[in-house]
Amino acid sequence: MSGETGENPIPDLLHSRRDSVLDRWVELVNEGIRGRITEREVRTELTELYGLVERTLADGDGTAGGELRAALGEISRNRARRGFSPTETAISVFSLKRAVREQFEALGQGGVFAEFGVFSDYVEDLGLETFEAYAAAREQVIADQAEQLLELSTPVVKLWDGILGVPLVGTLDSARTQVVMETMLQMLADTSSQFAVIDITGVAAVDTEVAQHLLKTVMAARLMGAECVISGIRPQIAHTIATLGIEFGDIVTKATLADALAYALEGSGLRVLSRTDA
Amino acid sequence: MERVPILKLGRFLLVSIQIDLEDRTVLTLQEELAEEIVRTGARGVIIDISAVDIVDSFIGRTFSTIASMSRLMDATTVVVGMRPAVAITLVELGLSLDGVRTALDLDQGMRLLEASLDGR
Repeated sequence: MSGETGENPIPDLLHSRRDSVLDRWVELVNEGIRGRITEREVRTELTELYGLVERTLADGDGTAGGELRAALGEISRNRARRGFSPTETAISVFSLKRAVREQFEALGQGGVFAEFGVFSDYVEDLGLETFEAYAAAREQVIADQAEQLLELSTPVVKLWDGILGVPLVGTLDSARTQVVMETMLQMLADTSSQFAVIDITGVAAVDTEVAQHLLKTVMAARLMGAECVISGIRPQIAHTIATLGIEFGDIVTKATLADALAYALEGSGLRVLSRTDA
Repeated sequence: MERVPILKLGRFLLVSIQIDLEDRTVLTLQEELAEEIVRTGARGVIIDISAVDIVDSFIGRTFSTIASMSRLMDATTVVVGMRPAVAITLVELGLSLDGVRTALDLDQGMRLLEASLDGR
């Protein structure tokens, strides 16, 4: 490229027309974001990036390069958390190219590059498309795995005819309790089981939220006509529940799974006898 | 408006709901059930909702009313076959169907009623 800008036309232009390029860049990014981030925030982000790009290009400053990558990482994480797609995030950076090209054209230095610029944008779009598809596929894999994990961690087992066991292990959150609840209720309906023993021996801690989830599950089972027994209340857990003042109402709770099973057997009209008694 | 048939089965009345419930349908059912209990001298009412997808707060409350009404006329009400999704919704709505007994299916509902009658 020939012109008064000399050997480094782009860094020179970035420096000499800083305000116009930056303004146009902010404008282009804002169009894509459609108000999901305020213009002020975008401007702050891009001004920082612009400064770093300028420094990196001007003298190949190593530290600036590192800072630039760190800033890009920060912006990407920020966008990901706010639910932006990979393309929308990448476009924020790519827009700089268009802003610079427009400045060259305004200066009458577009030349052969004008046409190449259009082609370059086109290739960029294609690249972004593959990138987007790739990211979507990866996310699908992650979602599938999370779902499988959820299913794996919530088995419902048959302890006896008409008695189901639900051993809970780990941390109980809303999503998991929802799955446990649905699986258990479905199994109750499918097997016509009158009793379900929810064993919380493996649950790390019981707080008001977890207790609330357990109560809801028991109430739902009751509405369907089945009874739930909660077992595996360890001494510390009993202490926590008592201290928090959580009211379990008329729900049957037992210390061990064995006690709960004995209770459920008795409720089903069954008795376990040792051979010598018989 | 569609109507829900009320069938007599031994000492009990059987109501199997196979349609989407509207408020008016349930109200009519409530009235007709009360009359049938008196007419037949039934000792129990079984309401089968295994085909019902949606039970809202009004219908839930009406079941409670039916239960307390029939208890006054010495008949026990059992709601059978509630789907898991329906149970979850009712719990989320904070409804516990006070006074209504429940069973997993018709078979268990019958046994529950028999047992409660034998108990007296």
